[in-house]
Amino acid sequence: MRTYILKRLSYSIPILIGITLITFLVMHLAPGKPTEMLTDMNARVSADAKTKLAALYGLDKPWYVQYARWLGRFAVLDFGKSFRDGRPAVAKIAERLPASLLLNILSLLLILAAAVPIGIFSALHKDSIFDKATTVFVFIGFSVPAFWLALLFMILFGLKFGVLPISGLHSLDYSGMSVPGKLLDVASHLILPVFISAFTGLAGLSRYVRSSMLEVLRQDYIRTAYAKGLPENRIIFRHALKNALLPVVTILGLSLPALIGGGFIFETIFAYPGMGRLGYEAVMARDYPVVMAVGVIAAFLTLLGNLVADITYAWVDPRIRYK
Amino acid sequence: MKSKTCFYCALILLSMFPACRKVPARDYSDRGTGAPVSGDIYVAASIGDASYLNPVLATDSSSGDINALVFNGLVKYNRDLKLVGDLAESWRVLEGGRKIIFKLRENVRWHDGQPFTAADVEFTYEKLIDPSVKTPYGSDYLLIQNLKVTGPYTVEVTYKQPFAPALESWSMGMLPKHLFSSGDFNTNPYNRKPVGTGPFKFREWVTDEKIVLDANPDYFEGKPYVSRYIYRIIPDQSVQFLEMRRESIDELGLTPDEWRAYPEFFRNYNKFRYPSFSYVYLGFNLRLPLFADKRFRQAVAFAIKKKDIIDGVLLGMGRSATGPFPPQSWAYDPGVKDTEYNPERSLKLLGELGYAKKDAEGYLEKDGRPLEFTVITNQGNKMRELTAEILQAQLKAVGIKVNIRVIEWSSFIHQFIDKRSFEAVLLGWSVSRDPDQYSIWNSSQTREGQYNFISYKNSEVDSLLDEGRRTFDQHKREAVYRRLHKIIADDLPYIFLYYPESLPCVHKRFKGVEVAPAGIGWNFYKWWVPGSEQKYTVE
Repeated sequence: MRTYILKRLSYSIPILIGITLITFLVMHLAPGKPTEMLTDMNARVSADAKTKLAALYGLDKPWYVQYARWLGRFAVLDFGKSFRDGRPAVAKIAERLPASLLLNILSLLLILAAAVPIGIFSALHKDSIFDKATTVFVFIGFSVPAFWLALLFMILFGLKFGVLPISGLHSLDYSGMSVPGKLLDVASHLILPVFISAFTGLAGLSRYVRSSMLEVLRQDYIRTAYAKGLPENRIIFRHALKNALLPVVTILGLSLPALIGGGFIFETIFAYPGMGRLGYEAVMARDYPVVMAVGVIAAFLTLLGNLVADITYAWVDPRIRYK
Repeated sequence: MKSKTCFYCALILLSMFPACRKVPARDYSDRGTGAPVSGDIYVAASIGDASYLNPVLATDSSSGDINALVFNGLVKYNRDLKLVGDLAESWRVLEGGRKIIFKLRENVRWHDGQPFTAADVEFTYEKLIDPSVKTPYGSDYLLIQNLKVTGPYTVEVTYKQPFAPALESWSMGMLPKHLFSSGDFNTNPYNRKPVGTGPFKFREWVTDEKIVLDANPDYFEGKPYVSRYIYRIIPDQSVQFLEMRRESIDELGLTPDEWRAYPEFFRNYNKFRYPSFSYVYLGFNLRLPLFADKRFRQAVAFAIKKKDIIDGVLLGMGRSATGPFPPQSWAYDPGVKDTEYNPERSLKLLGELGYAKKDAEGYLEKDGRPLEFTVITNQGNKMRELTAEILQAQLKAVGIKVNIRVIEWSSFIHQFIDKRSFEAVLLGWSVSRDPDQYSIWNSSQTREGQYNFISYKNSEVDSLLDEGRRTFDQHKREAVYRRLHKIIADDLPYIFLYYPESLPCVHKRFKGVEVAPAGIGWNFYKWWVPGSEQKYTVE
């Protein structure tokens, strides 16, 4: 097991460096320098001033020199400072990370809580009304654009009923609230985003649970269990579910990067201070240090997620371990 | 039986909802005739977060909004767009404009209690011209020969040559020397917790959520009535509109279609409209023979009906443009005639140019080649795209084929504008309050990256631009720029299409909001809310 993990880890390093190189290249292929995004077509800023700015940020050097410099700093885990406001890229990420984690973990929990029962029940009662209704329901969630649904819910709950705040994570008087008041405030701001992101993300997992449950229910040992006269609950939850959840573990491992990522459109609609907006705005402003830092963290988590999925899989399924 | 119970439960649940219909309709009918009182919070909304709360480093409009409330320049524009003293009590212009002597206000204090003196002005100037400082605004200050502090409250600025717009450049926010003198200027922590001299003091900045400012009780023009200012970051325009309908923001810049929305949406808001300091134009690449001929440019102008564009794109919320100065500027010459919509004259001119025959599609042709050109514009500006489409239809009516290309901003600038590889361009300029547009019209400003990208060349315009920069007397300057307006309008290097309007709405409880040539907001520190209408309490 240990050699397996070590081997997997050592494969990851060249992949990670490769990802940074490609990210850097793509970033530099995009037209426009970071210093130009705000100063272009600003008659107050002369052409000479723009050249001076580019030199101050080291943007006058060829891309490979810039990449080598970046790699040198990255080796000592220095991600550099944002071109936009001069703050360390890591600090900017650390600021957004808790908000993103909060939203994504809550919505993942909600998805799990809904998807597993829906999946099991639909599999047990295949082709029933419930099965068909939930299929339609989860696919509506899958196909509906999240931002559109968000706007409708904002109008309904924010304006018509006036029971929920429309956007943001805190009320304006948040800092003056008591602790329970603060919790309630954040909770009320989270209801819409968590519900919508869970609803729109429900389809994948519930369909996985359903199909793997269906497969397991067709196995000989399940039939044997029925033949032995075991109670149905016991068969389903002890014998079938345990095996049916194996692929779900993989999916959860792969969703690790999504925990810190998050949709740009989604966060923009809810004025939610998360990573998705940070990454997108950095790309639009050609803020190379922040783009690279977000890219590296996303790549790292993807690799880590794959690794964790593989390891837990090996752990829960002895057949893989012994191969 | 069971389903019946469910049905009743649902019915009861549904009937509960209208009960939570909050916000009792409040009455904001106070006319604001009483004596102003302090209190309440003003909540503004912005699409983007600020970057540097340091006027020397900031380039984005969000930072600019906050910096304008926290910092002061030596001079500022008043309600009528005249330059008046801000931190400077008065100034004198000597030696035909080469020298400006500022007399500073004496008992102004920084928000941390330290006195503001001439040393701070000198320090700000040094940073503006320091090559290691990441400021894009250096060029105006590089024209200065030297800046001398001649007393604790007097500053003497000598220019290499007289430069009239220099006065406006001193509206740059002044920085406190005592906080910035040590450490790296570009990454100084005070770039995120600014200390200025302005009407509002910095309180907190929650990244990507809000920036909070408090009224400065020691402001030299008197403490603002509004106790707190909150700048909320709401990155989506439609969500901003919903927040406005919920009355959780007090101010919103509207788009024309939002402005024309149902009146009940604005029950508790006052809407304002006034021309913004900008114009939208169709520019021609004058290096190309087709556009170098003035008759062709005139033919295009005669074919354009600006009113249709303003009605169609701006829903009437704009004015037809006659030249490079907006109508509220003193440089605007009201005597300049707008281009006339006259398709017959357009056709006649095109005929003179040899375009007489029409092809199967109805486009004019000469020597077997159809008369066509391509208009490029930048992506992400719906109004410009719509304008281009209307132009396309209008020019088709006289037989000119127009192709439209919408290009992503960076490529648009660097592959097309900078490389001069375009035929016509649909763009807009935001112009400064000072009418100096040297960088846009002077024939020396045609290098890559400079702003006379249409390669306009007119020696009279060049000399007027120089004269405008040398002349300090307001009346003489006015004559110079009005002449410039006339010549450029006649020459048609651009077809000036329209002046868009600013369309803000402000919550009705705020009194003292007044539209002036400078728009609203010029007297923001005098806005107030009557006690009975105050919404928030500030501890």
